[in-house]
Amino acid sequence: MATTAMADTPVLTVYTYDSFVSDWGPGPAVEAAFEANCGCDLQMIGAGDGAALLARLKLEGSRTDADIILGLDTNLTAAAAETGLFAPILMTANYNVPGGWTDPLFAPFDWGYFAFVKNAEIESPTNFRALADSDFKIVIQDPRSSTPGLGLLMWVKAAYGDDAAQIWADLSDNIVTVTAGWSEAYGMFLEGEADMVLSYTTSPAYHLIAEGDASKSYAVFDEGHYMQIEVAGKLASTDQSALADQFLQFMVSDVFQSIIPTTNWMFPAVTPIAGLPDGFPNALSAAQSLIFSPTEAAALRNVALTEWQTALSQ
Amino acid sequence: MADRIIAIILRIILGGAVLAALLLFSIGTAVAVATQGLGLGRLGVADWSAIRFTLWQACLSAGLSVTIAIPVARALARQNFLGRQALITLLGAPFILPVIVGVLGLLAVFGRAGWISDVLTWTGFAKLSIYGAPGVILAHVFFNLPLATRFLLQGWSAVPSERFRVVQSLAASPWAYFRLIEWPLLKSVVPGAFLLVFLLCLTSFAVALAVGGGPRGTTIELAIYQAFRLDFDLGKAASLALVQFTLCGVVAVMAFLVPLPQTDGLGLGRLPQRLDASGHRGVDFMWITISAAFLILPLGAILIRGLGHIASLPHQVFTASITSVLIALASTVVCISMALGLSLAFARRGQVARNLAEGMGILGLATSPLVVGTGIFLMIFPFAHPMTFALPITASVNAMMALPFALRVLMPAVRETYADYLTLRCSLNLTRWVWLHRILLPRLRRPLGFAAGLAAALSMGDLGVIALFADPDLQTLPLMLYRLMGAYRMDQAAAVAVVLVAQSLALFWMFDRGGRGYAGSP
Repeated sequence: MATTAMADTPVLTVYTYDSFVSDWGPGPAVEAAFEANCGCDLQMIGAGDGAALLARLKLEGSRTDADIILGLDTNLTAAAAETGLFAPILMTANYNVPGGWTDPLFAPFDWGYFAFVKNAEIESPTNFRALADSDFKIVIQDPRSSTPGLGLLMWVKAAYGDDAAQIWADLSDNIVTVTAGWSEAYGMFLEGEADMVLSYTTSPAYHLIAEGDASKSYAVFDEGHYMQIEVAGKLASTDQSALADQFLQFMVSDVFQSIIPTTNWMFPAVTPIAGLPDGFPNALSAAQSLIFSPTEAAALRNVALTEWQTALSQ
Repeated sequence: MADRIIAIILRIILGGAVLAALLLFSIGTAVAVATQGLGLGRLGVADWSAIRFTLWQACLSAGLSVTIAIPVARALARQNFLGRQALITLLGAPFILPVIVGVLGLLAVFGRAGWISDVLTWTGFAKLSIYGAPGVILAHVFFNLPLATRFLLQGWSAVPSERFRVVQSLAASPWAYFRLIEWPLLKSVVPGAFLLVFLLCLTSFAVALAVGGGPRGTTIELAIYQAFRLDFDLGKAASLALVQFTLCGVVAVMAFLVPLPQTDGLGLGRLPQRLDASGHRGVDFMWITISAAFLILPLGAILIRGLGHIASLPHQVFTASITSVLIALASTVVCISMALGLSLAFARRGQVARNLAEGMGILGLATSPLVVGTGIFLMIFPFAHPMTFALPITASVNAMMALPFALRVLMPAVRETYADYLTLRCSLNLTRWVWLHRILLPRLRRPLGFAAGLAAALSMGDLGVIALFADPDLQTLPLMLYRLMGAYRMDQAAAVAVVLVAQSLALFWMFDRGGRGYAGSP
């Protein structure tokens, strides 16, 4: 494989989460589209789920091979900024992200709402209290390794504040298992290991559009749904600074953003010219949308994590 | 004469070097961990509950394994039936079965989507859920019940047949059997078996990783891993490692005081000698059937699911295979050299030296791979990227983990050879070459082969340190299997499991066979 021509090709290394680079994720199409013009070798490496990316980066420090980290979310950006490992980004775009976008270190590439996905015919609980009182079995993700897992912590915190610990204690007998990443959890749900799985309001669209299967839906919660905005950032230690900038610019381009809805099954950060595909759900109203600012989320994380661990380890 | 003295000194230096290496590995890494640890204050509620859970599940797993092993071993010792020998051989399999494969098999049978749940749903009952404590304990019993059964069976086959005849002629009441034969046997085997299983469950990692189900089923080993890989909290990892090291140390000291059961598996094939077999046929066969099913069904489930998908495996399976085999071979060489060095240096040096060597073996048993991994990581981290050394570190830690078992096989063989042949050597004035080539090596060949087979198979199946150090682009077979399970590609996971088991068994067989082949023609 390694011809002399290729040996001179600059390599851009992107650390991302596993499902992004899976065969059915955005990875293959993104790689092909970017490599068509960059004269480079784009290497996207799946390093666990989103939150594990940050731990891995801390583990590697400035010795890391990565030029770009793609797949953190706003619950983690404050902690990521604190590492001092990220460089300011230079590009801007016409973002269609609820609440707008101003972060100097990270650029958003997609966003969505967390929700429990279930089989459509099942009558499901409409809030966390009802879920905790029910016999519904759910699969969730570990907040230390997975951004959906962390998002769920924030969701319960946003909806219940100081009662969050009690909610978790009541929920603990509904939880079949806590997985390290989103893929595990979603796979378990599809194999019938649980009634509901923590995922996104957009996940049923995957089954509808990609598989022509209308059997999945999500449980509408009356507390509202916590939002996730997924971002990428450039590492200060990169030896491919210009190429990294080029990738980030590409990330908010129409080509990349058009790939997102039907591969990552999230709302694109910049609405594609062609719009969203048929069958894609609508955004929720502002009243239904919950989100903490990055600093609020960072301040709450440890408290929420301890509450969660304590409740679930009993 | 001078030649002999030099040889002795050399051996002692060699043995000493191995000892030093071992100490550096176990105590040294613990010290590295201790200096970085921030004391027990660093540990939160969840960490303490992980510590409690670890002790509780180890107690329960060991208790269950040994308790169930008692009637199973009694049944096997009492009854003769077609396939008895095969079943006894099979009892040895879980010991070298990769943990992650066993877990996959147990999920296929006992999981929510498993066979038993299917039957339960069909008959209108709720599905089983084994994530959390039930899964951890189930898996530990799966792996350790056969081990405990073999220990007890060994105890049974050590009972002289005269004693059976005496009991038979005296009274033949079940109580007489129990009081005169079984009770002394249990008294001598059970404490050691319990401690050994307890120790194995104390340092268990892969089981909790796969079926722990979150904070409620987290062992200390898993908590160390999470502090590392998820929180990047080296201080907390070190504090947890210190707790783990202390616990293992306490158990190791206890293990030193109690005679541990032999693990060489010799003499198990002896036919039943009890004369009261017919009266207990029903109960015995119930136990035999249950334990055999418990052992065979999960493995069968994987075989059935995996065989058909081997062809569809991604090509990475080749690289992963080769990586695993290379690590296993390197680790075998290191392990056997250490075991041989220790045995040759200490087997004949009198009680103190023997105790020292024995203690080393137990120390190896009580050393947690994750603690060692944490220590090595902390030592390397200031200077280089620790992930770069993933392969050599994994190979040496695996070697260390297999060492206690290799020692238990080799040490007695070396001792016996010297006891039986040293006078011959002196009286015939045999040269070193003849001694080595004609006497020592042929006599050690079989235990060497068996020990090497164990070391290789244990390393093949390891999913411990490698998980701590692995890059996304570095894969061993167990890691690949775990990642496929993670992506919930159960068909492919089962196929990798089949490949992994086949390779482990092939390596074991090759070494063991190599040892046997030579033994016949000294």
